[in-house]
Amino acid sequence: MGNILVFAETQKGRVPKSSLIAIQAGKDAARKLGGDVLVAVLGADTADAANEAAGYGAAKVLAVNDAALENYLADAYAATLEQLARANDVTLLAATATAVGKDLLPRVAARLGVGMASDVVSFHEDGTLQRPMYAGNTTATVTLADTIKVVSVRSTAFDAAQPGDQSAVEQVSVSLDADATKMQFVEFNETKSDRPNLTEASIVVSGGRGLKSGENFTTYLEPLVNELNAAMGASRAAVDAGFVPNDLQVGQTGKVVAPELYIAVGISGAIQHLAGMKDSKVIVAVNKDPDAPIFNVADYGLVADLFKAVPELTEAVKKAKE
Amino acid sequence: MKVLVTVKRVPDPETTIRVKSDGSGIETDNIKYVINPFDEIALEEALRLKEKLGSGEVVLVSIGDRVVTEQLRTGLAMGADRAILVGCDQDLDSLAVARILAKIVEDESPQLVLMGKQAIDDDANQAGQMLAALLGWPQATFASEVVLSDDQQAVKVTREVDGGLETIGFALPGIITSDLRLNEPRYASLPGIMKARKKEIREIVATDLGVDIAPRLTIKSLEPPTQKEAGKKVETVEELIGLLHDEAKVI
Ligand SMILES: Cc1cc2nc3c(=O)[nH]c(=O)nc-3n(C[C@H](O)[C@H](O)[C@H](O)COP(=O)(O)OP(=O)(O)OC[C@H]3O[C@@H](n4cnc5c(N)ncnc54)[C@H](O)[C@@H]3O)c2cc1C
Ligand SMILES: Cc1cc2nc3c(=O)[nH]c(=O)nc-3n(C[C@H](O)[C@H](O)[C@H](O)COP(=O)(O)OP(=O)(O)OC[C@H]3O[C@@H](n4cnc5c(N)ncnc54)[C@H](O)[C@@H]3O)c2cc1C
Repeated sequence: MGNILVFAETQKGRVPKSSLIAIQAGKDAARKLGGDVLVAVLGADTADAANEAAGYGAAKVLAVNDAALENYLADAYAATLEQLARANDVTLLAATATAVGKDLLPRVAARLGVGMASDVVSFHEDGTLQRPMYAGNTTATVTLADTIKVVSVRSTAFDAAQPGDQSAVEQVSVSLDADATKMQFVEFNETKSDRPNLTEASIVVSGGRGLKSGENFTTYLEPLVNELNAAMGASRAAVDAGFVPNDLQVGQTGKVVAPELYIAVGISGAIQHLAGMKDSKVIVAVNKDPDAPIFNVADYGLVADLFKAVPELTEAVKKAKE
Repeated sequence: MKVLVTVKRVPDPETTIRVKSDGSGIETDNIKYVINPFDEIALEEALRLKEKLGSGEVVLVSIGDRVVTEQLRTGLAMGADRAILVGCDQDLDSLAVARILAKIVEDESPQLVLMGKQAIDDDANQAGQMLAALLGWPQATFASEVVLSDDQQAVKVTREVDGGLETIGFALPGIITSDLRLNEPRYASLPGIMKARKKEIREIVATDLGVDIAPRLTIKSLEPPTQKEAGKKVETVEELIGLLHDEAKVI
């Protein structure tokens, strides 16, 4: 077994929790398959992020500083990772299946001429991997035939790496040709929110079409979300109707979450929605239809009109905290 | 402008998928198949581009066995001009799909390839990015808005990413993969369906293309997910809070 290369994202000079999950997945793979864990940090100025990444017990951090890497762009980042993988005897390349991970890894895999497994939830000693398919209706056991295996890992399947021995930081330079710098970054419109990140929060409260309007999200759901210090999520129907921003969508084709507590309000529980939340530890559903499929996965189901039940719930939470 | 749109045949998202008892695959009896919903969105975007420009060609390509003709006809009925069916009866992984598509792109020289961000059967979310890499083209995945420059030589694409919306730009040719909110696909009209019957579907055979399509990813077995025990129904908010506090200990 050669080395395991983990790609760590950077956000405002920091390593996000999603990338600590990739580091943990890399360590898990190393324990089962052998090899050293190397962490790649890319950017125009990676000093802080590379230092931070070095605090999690990896064998080495590879820091690449290049003006072309200032903003994440698939072409320049993929060319860089390809070079790192080839130069460091890498046999497993991993990153978390975030928007960046999903965009980047297949491009690296194809540059390397190898196959890739998406959304891996476990590594096994015999070299097999497991990943969900068909909106979580099945779990597939798969193998990758190439010497370099590329995988994205599902963030809900691994814990974040805990601080460990300090790793050495090695500065690496790469050469990026014209083919690798065709894309330009224009702008990023951040959804401003003081709440915890949807994929990182320990409590998620999601609303569906049953809320009927964006205003009702504000009047009914937000107080509960705030009282629980939770993140807000939504069904596709609620997002399509414009009640809330796109990046709140939970599900097969949105975000996958697995908090300690997931509260689904006015959500019917379509298979595509369940695919994104059914691994949550405790699931609560509030729905006025006793036959709604969400009750099949809910640990606690409250059959009630949400417009009456949610304000009561908010009050009760407030009291319970006192 | 010539736009290539890829079309994958997948089980209807409304159908319930069951794993065969021996784990070798899924039960395919009584499954209805449709165009991958993201590919429908990609096709709609291509048709709108053509309508806006008042000229151009929209070419569909699907890889699979003969039955994918059904989905190609649907796409032609929506308004695509012609289609290519790459015959292949073996299971393909995303790299093989991308290698085949790269050949088609070399042959057709489109300015733009529009694809789905993911196929909803295997949820790989890879083929578009891989095709872009093989061609050395720029890519914009998870697109929620596509704006063509006035000279038609470049695009600006807004992408659905974590925590907001990102806009990137590049000169064409390039690859764009659709997200859910890019547009709402039209239905095929009756005249559209009539016209589609006369449109060309050119058939070629994957093994004639001279590309390596041996699978790198092999599915060993499929298992149904572990079933959760049925939960409790509660009558009142007090009861719910009590259980969350005392039993589940999450509040
Ligand atoms: C390709 C594809 C991808 C998809 N991806 C996703 C995805 O990632 N995530 C996702 O969520 N969906 C996804 N979907 C959509 C999914 O199939 C469902 O359509 C969607 O989840 C339904 O959202 P909903 O539960 O909010 O709405 P509905 O199904 O309309 O349910 C609304 C619920 O609210 C309840 N309700 C109404 N009024 C009240 C009230 N006053 N009090 C209490 N309850 C009330 C109703 O009883 C009902 O159960 C996808 C679909 C397709 C085809
Ligand atoms: C039950 C089952 C078992 C399987 N077993 C194996 C196996 O053992 N070995 C193996 O190699 N593969 C196997 N496959 C196939 C494999 O899982 C996927 O088809 C493969 O991962 C390709 O992913 P994708 O490119 O479709 O996905 P994505 O990358 O998610 O697709 C993105 C986009 O690519 C385009 N696209 C994808 N496929 C096509 C196509 N055929 N024609 C036109 N456009 C397309 C579409 O625009 C789509 O929206 C199996 C599939 C199933 C359903």
